Amino acid sequence: MSLLEIKNLHVNVDGHEILKGIDLTINPGEVHSIMGPNGSGKSTLAQVLARRDAYHVIKGSVSFNGKDLLEMKPEEAACEGVFLAFQYPVEIPGISNAYFLRSALNAQRKFRGEEEMDAMDFLPFFRDKLKLLEMDEKLMNRSLNEGFSGGEKKRNEVLQMSILQPRLAVLDETDSGLDIDALRIVANGVNALRSPERGFLVVTHYQRLLNYIKPDFVHVLVDGRIVRSGGPELALELEDKGYGWIEQEAAAV
Amino acid sequence: MSTNTETIQKLAQQDYKWGFVTDIEEERIPKGLNEDIIRVISAKKNEPEFMLEWRLKAFRHWASLERSDAEPKWANIKYGPIDYQGITYYSAPKQKKQLNSLDELDPEILSTYEKLGIPLAEQKMLAGVAVDAVFDSVSVATTFKGKLAEAGVIFCSFSEAVQKHPDLVKKYLGSVVPVTDNFFAALNSAVFSDGSFVYVPKGVRCPLELSTYFRINAAETGQFERTLIIADEGAYVSYLEGCTAPIRDENQLHAAVVELIALDNAQIKYSTVQNWYPGDKQGKGGIYNFVTKRGACRGVNSKISWTQVETGSAITWKYPSCILQGDNSVGEFYSVALTNNYQQADTGTKMIHLGKNTSSTVVSKGISAGHGQNTYRGQVKILKGAQGARNYTQCDSLLIGDKCGAHTFPYIEVKNSSARMEHEASTSKIGEDQLFYLQQRGLKTEDAVSMIVNGFCKQVFRELPMEFAVEAQKLLSVSLEGSVG
Amino acid sequence: MVTTSTQDLGIHLQNFTDFQRRAAGRNVPWLRKLREDAFARFAEVGFPTTRDEDWRFTNITPIVRTQFRLPGTALVQLPPAELKSWNIEGSAARLVFVNGRYAPELSRIAALPKGMAVSSLREQIEGNSDQISKQLGHYADTQRDAFVALNTAFVEDGAYVHVKRGVVAEAPIHLLFVSSSDHTALLTHPRNLVVFEDQSQGTVVEEYVSLGGGMMFSNGVTELVAGDDAHVSHYMIEREHKEAFNVSTLRIQQGRTASVASHSFLLGGGLVRNNVHPVLAGEGGECLINGLFVGSGKQHLDNYMHVEHASPHCASRQFYNGILDDKAHGVFHGRIVVHKDAQKTDAKQTNRNLLLSDDAQIDTKPQLEIYADDVKCTHGATIGQIDENALFYLRSRGMSEAEARRLLLLAFASECVERMRPGAAQIYVEQLIQEHLLPFREHSRHAGVGTGERNVEEVG
Repeated sequence: MSLLEIKNLHVNVDGHEILKGIDLTINPGEVHSIMGPNGSGKSTLAQVLARRDAYHVIKGSVSFNGKDLLEMKPEEAACEGVFLAFQYPVEIPGISNAYFLRSALNAQRKFRGEEEMDAMDFLPFFRDKLKLLEMDEKLMNRSLNEGFSGGEKKRNEVLQMSILQPRLAVLDETDSGLDIDALRIVANGVNALRSPERGFLVVTHYQRLLNYIKPDFVHVLVDGRIVRSGGPELALELEDKGYGWIEQEAAAV
Repeated sequence: MSTNTETIQKLAQQDYKWGFVTDIEEERIPKGLNEDIIRVISAKKNEPEFMLEWRLKAFRHWASLERSDAEPKWANIKYGPIDYQGITYYSAPKQKKQLNSLDELDPEILSTYEKLGIPLAEQKMLAGVAVDAVFDSVSVATTFKGKLAEAGVIFCSFSEAVQKHPDLVKKYLGSVVPVTDNFFAALNSAVFSDGSFVYVPKGVRCPLELSTYFRINAAETGQFERTLIIADEGAYVSYLEGCTAPIRDENQLHAAVVELIALDNAQIKYSTVQNWYPGDKQGKGGIYNFVTKRGACRGVNSKISWTQVETGSAITWKYPSCILQGDNSVGEFYSVALTNNYQQADTGTKMIHLGKNTSSTVVSKGISAGHGQNTYRGQVKILKGAQGARNYTQCDSLLIGDKCGAHTFPYIEVKNSSARMEHEASTSKIGEDQLFYLQQRGLKTEDAVSMIVNGFCKQVFRELPMEFAVEAQKLLSVSLEGSVG
Repeated sequence: MVTTSTQDLGIHLQNFTDFQRRAAGRNVPWLRKLREDAFARFAEVGFPTTRDEDWRFTNITPIVRTQFRLPGTALVQLPPAELKSWNIEGSAARLVFVNGRYAPELSRIAALPKGMAVSSLREQIEGNSDQISKQLGHYADTQRDAFVALNTAFVEDGAYVHVKRGVVAEAPIHLLFVSSSDHTALLTHPRNLVVFEDQSQGTVVEEYVSLGGGMMFSNGVTELVAGDDAHVSHYMIEREHKEAFNVSTLRIQQGRTASVASHSFLLGGGLVRNNVHPVLAGEGGECLINGLFVGSGKQHLDNYMHVEHASPHCASRQFYNGILDDKAHGVFHGRIVVHKDAQKTDAKQTNRNLLLSDDAQIDTKPQLEIYADDVKCTHGATIGQIDENALFYLRSRGMSEAEARRLLLLAFASECVERMRPGAAQIYVEQLIQEHLLPFREHSRHAGVGTGERNVEEVG
């Protein structure tokens, strides 16, 4: 069974149709990348999968692990194993990163009928992941994302992902705003999570990230439609030529 | 409508649940205010001559202010004129005789406090908290008196203190907030009918948390209570107050005065959870809460700490302050003020540094939702002799929705160059973004909302005694949930 | 007080007339127009006065009254020893400008990464390159700022740095501006254009030093363009002699998710004004504005920050630390403007100051102008003295008072050092600070009782 199956998905935001019929299937173990110019609908797709309700599905279906994803609330989708690494992670003062992570992990474990993890078991597990993402433990006692630099926030997203261990990880421009060192660390974190059961949808504006996270498939999104799909070579072609030619091609169709 | 908003609005249907009226026989005097009324109040309380004189002095000052239209106008609040002659200044549950034990208390009143979650029967009470219950204008019961007396602590109604400890009252009453201090303080001084009195003798650490629950019940009355707390040298006391009132369409006036006095090495911790009726969703009714609270750190190394959670009242006008007179004395102010619907709050503190090496901390968290208007107004004054004084001020505002407002008016006056001042301020908005982020990690809406709000208020909640902190968290979640989304 | 109507701008007009006759690129129409328009604007508004809100705390009368001359064309000899000490170990290039003019024989350009180009601006102007005409003068605002107008009128030399898309340059580019004068009142107008294309990465250090104790005024402008996802660090180091005038303006233009750090270190100069003006023009941009100013004697060090949030989801962080001794006067003016569409802006500003004497003075003024409704803005200011308890603690462990004092100052200054990206530039600056704080060790005074009244003002 495929992990994610999107069929003819149409989505409105504020009365405008942003996604105009998306078809996409991700099987366990696969890494798909969605590329496209600004405003093509990449982030909208990511947000819809995480079930943000300001995005209205007007047509189509999305099944996740055989279940209807569009029927789920955000927290249900999360507990079923959909993880979104946010383009703009949110700051919440007064809640420490460590506390938040454990609350989230336990909410998900509870949902799956597993036993909650206490602080003693959590800590060693947590420290391993910190090391992987080269993050200072001190950051974890600070408030959630508060006072973090852009790069630290993005690393924190990948840290959360490696702790929550989702079935499907959606990365929304996780590479934007990262310098070359941070990019490498983030990519390492993602690569460490690659496994035969897990699927990835990597949304990016730039090809650069794909030098570090090798995708199996690359799709180009233009004006709410996937206009071309291919292998990693497609990303290189885009880097070379920019998006202009493909937009023109799409407009001509 | 988004599903978040729906869920939250369901939660918000929980109305003000402390809004019931207790049906009891009450004794009240005619409406209006003049010297005769003052004499009647004083006579009813069988007060000594000095109290009557003091009240009359206050009344004359207030009357002159009222004639010259000197009701304070500087606060960032709007309300119609208050008809001071349309208020009943004394209302009390009818009691036939002096109570010998709690069992003799009117069962209706007992059950009122039960409903409010404050059982007065000692065996049912949380160990470690002594309660003074003030119903309308008078104190109806004080628990654990015996245990306190063993330690030498005096905790009783103000009326009782006037009878039994006139010297202490005479010495300290009005010594922090003089009758001429301000319009509402003058009014209170003239007409206050009861309140709480605490005296902790030298070197005594009060063995219980002391607590007063204020309840306004009667219609068309004002509540004017007076609290006086004295911590003698080396003493320590922690005092809590809670307030509720029934739902009524007209606005009711509450003008209280609290005076704290800490002598050498003494500490007073004063916590408030204020939940007077805030008015309905259209802004009708609700309590006008005009309160003067001030503490004097008279002695060296003394400390006064104010913590307040203000969720109720249609209007809150309140500035718990510290006069840091003794060298090395410490003043603290921790506040959460919430305004939802059409509530208005203008609240903050004054820290007046007189002594050497005095330090003060101000942490203010304002939350505005609906059409609520929330103003922080604070003054830090470092006078010439306050060598080495320090202040840390942090004021944060949280906006929920786009029809509310947050305003900040800090006043800083430094007259000694060795002072160290730190100042931080922020304004932010919560909304779908924060909620969605938490939900995406698997948390339920309710949990997400309370996580956000509690996170914002954390610095203040951790200053509250445990039971109060829990109550405050619940209160805040209930008052707020309807507005997020 | 000097007002516009009584200001005698004659010397600048005379200088401009001479300049127009001999300047590089005088026959290039767009450049001629740029210079003439800028001078016209300058002549129209004149120098600002303390009645101007942006200049409330800084009186520039000495600059207005001085009959400055542009430098001559004669070559100035520099002592090699000095030049050697003004060197960043591990830099990719050092461009030396003597009295505003590029000195190739003193400069060194090592092997630069492919896709990175460094040259003098004059060379580009003489070649009338496309790059220059497309960018020069497009960002720095001659309308709002008389000093920028004056600089633009005299635009001719300075540095041009260009880094192509995706190029990562680790080693810093060092731009060294040496003013040398013993007699004439010397005025220079260095102008730099620094362009980092999309996804590129690098560091530029702009440093001002002086030789001789003559009257000198350096009025520099740097336009820094950071393309989408570019990562740029800029350093401004002022260490001219203590009578020198220095006004510098850094105008930063940031693209989508670009990240720029501006680090300013005002150690020298008599009357110094440091303008930093980033415009976060693309979504998701990030800007760090970090600074340290250390003043003694009668130094006047004015820091004017103007952070413009013009796009959603951008973050800016301002951290400025000041140390002031003797009769030094520091100013921190932190202006944050959030445009209507710049929702989710996250702007933070902190200014911390240590006053070491009763006569030292600091004016700190946050100014928030917010036109969007979903933003987070924080500001904080502290004014304090050396912590006597900390001092006592160190002395009780055997340290002399002077040594303990210096250690505490270093600790205070190190907050700024820690915010820099580790590398050659950071090491260089750290060393400068350590050396600069040495003279403070001779100081041993107690923070006494003063009568001066100070206010920490708060807006918003």
